[in-house]
Amino acid sequence: MSGLAADAAALARKDLLLELRARETLPAMLLFVVTALVVFHFALPADVSDRAAGGLLWVAIVFTALLGLTRAFVAEREQGLLDALVLTPCDRAAIWIGKALAVLAFLVAAEVVALPAYALFFTELDAAAIVGVLLADLGICAVGTLVAAMAVAGRARELLLPLLFLPLAIPIVVGGVGATVGDDPARSLAFLALYDAIFAILCFASFEYVVTE
Amino acid sequence: MSTGEKYLAAAYLVVFAAVLLYLVIISLKVSRLERDLAELTELARRRGDG
Amino acid sequence: MSTWSRNSSWAAAVPCAAAALLLLGLGLALFWAPEDADQGISQKIFYVHVPVALTAYAGFGWGAWKALRLLWTGEERYDLESYTAVHMGTIFGVLTLVTGSIWAKVSWGVWWSWSERQLVLFLILFLFYSAYFMLRYSLDPGPRRQRSSAVYALFGVVLIPISFLAIRLAEDLIHPVVFTREGPQMSDSMFTTFCVCLAGMLALAGALYRVELAGKRIDERVRELRELLAAEPVRQHVLTEVRS
Repeated sequence: MSGLAADAAALARKDLLLELRARETLPAMLLFVVTALVVFHFALPADVSDRAAGGLLWVAIVFTALLGLTRAFVAEREQGLLDALVLTPCDRAAIWIGKALAVLAFLVAAEVVALPAYALFFTELDAAAIVGVLLADLGICAVGTLVAAMAVAGRARELLLPLLFLPLAIPIVVGGVGATVGDDPARSLAFLALYDAIFAILCFASFEYVVTE
Repeated sequence: MSTGEKYLAAAYLVVFAAVLLYLVIISLKVSRLERDLAELTELARRRGDG
Repeated sequence: MSTWSRNSSWAAAVPCAAAALLLLGLGLALFWAPEDADQGISQKIFYVHVPVALTAYAGFGWGAWKALRLLWTGEERYDLESYTAVHMGTIFGVLTLVTGSIWAKVSWGVWWSWSERQLVLFLILFLFYSAYFMLRYSLDPGPRRQRSSAVYALFGVVLIPISFLAIRLAEDLIHPVVFTREGPQMSDSMFTTFCVCLAGMLALAGALYRVELAGKRIDERVRELRELLAAEPVRQHVLTEVRS
């Protein structure tokens, strides 16, 4: 098991270092999420409640995540690295964990900017909302990475990824919005945890089938 | 016919129409396959003779 | 060896059963089952809407089962079987949305209602499985496409209960329910009628499934034949196969 963790960590570190040098994905995500929040302000009529704004936060998060996910396998595809990775002696699931961790890092980094921006533009977020965001991030990255690996093998991959991802993201949005503006955040957080657990197991078990020839 | 009856009929008819549509599509497919097979038989026969 | 000729008695039985059961079910629903006190005759849409919905679930479930078999055994034939089952499920899913919409219109005067859980669930599933077909069209034929499709089909059935929970959560916490329709307290005659209609729909889906699967397999073999003929000089066994 430690081999898996070590491989995953190595792969995640590689992606993060690449991003550190290239500085393409993260700045784009940061800018996108703040811009989206500003657009939402103009999209909402004046008398709308905080609850509506809370819902839109989640739209912003999901689409920012999509931005990051679209870039997740770009480097691999451009240099045929995915095939090489698959040939390495590591457990395929390590590729999934490593990639998902890298995307998670980007997403959390983007949220470090987005959540204070949201609190600034709209309303404050309580602890339940923050926990909700973190739990949702796990689900988004787990499922999103697997689905991105599916999409990268085909034509029209940038179009395919949102189509594959969004239906799966609907429960995450429901849980997240419930945690942010709902009456019973604990239930929503429990639901998010359930989603994460079930889909993490499913992704872990099935990733190798998605990437091997 | 009352409104309720009209909608009831509509719901049943929609399902019926879907099945019929499916029938049409499958028939077209079978015709295409028949044509393809005839073409390939001709091709094989010519090859066999030539 | 075609699956059609291998079990030809089976092949005839399913469509016959479908026809008989559906006709019987239709008759029972229209003439025998009692009319609902509150909703009137429009309640009888139930006898087509719910069986179609359950058949769609069966299609998705069957597709997921075949997908699992593909991943487990690696045998290629499961790919077409899974694909066809998902296709059936999607068709019946669309029918569920349409009949459900008609029912909503006659019940509440609106073509769509977010408080109808089944309808919302099927909308999500429709989006999900439409993406399944996009996935298949986007990938080139081969083991990669087969496996990705299979994994995605498995995700679909897991999504069904999770989405249902999500919809309930959303209803309770964010979207309070505006309309409800009490499920009919089913009398025996209603239940019998429902069961006949359900069996008929499942048989119909089964018959369509077999027809479509056979069509796809024949398609495959014709394509194979075309490649064989194009590639090399004709041989005796090819001629025999084509003539039979």
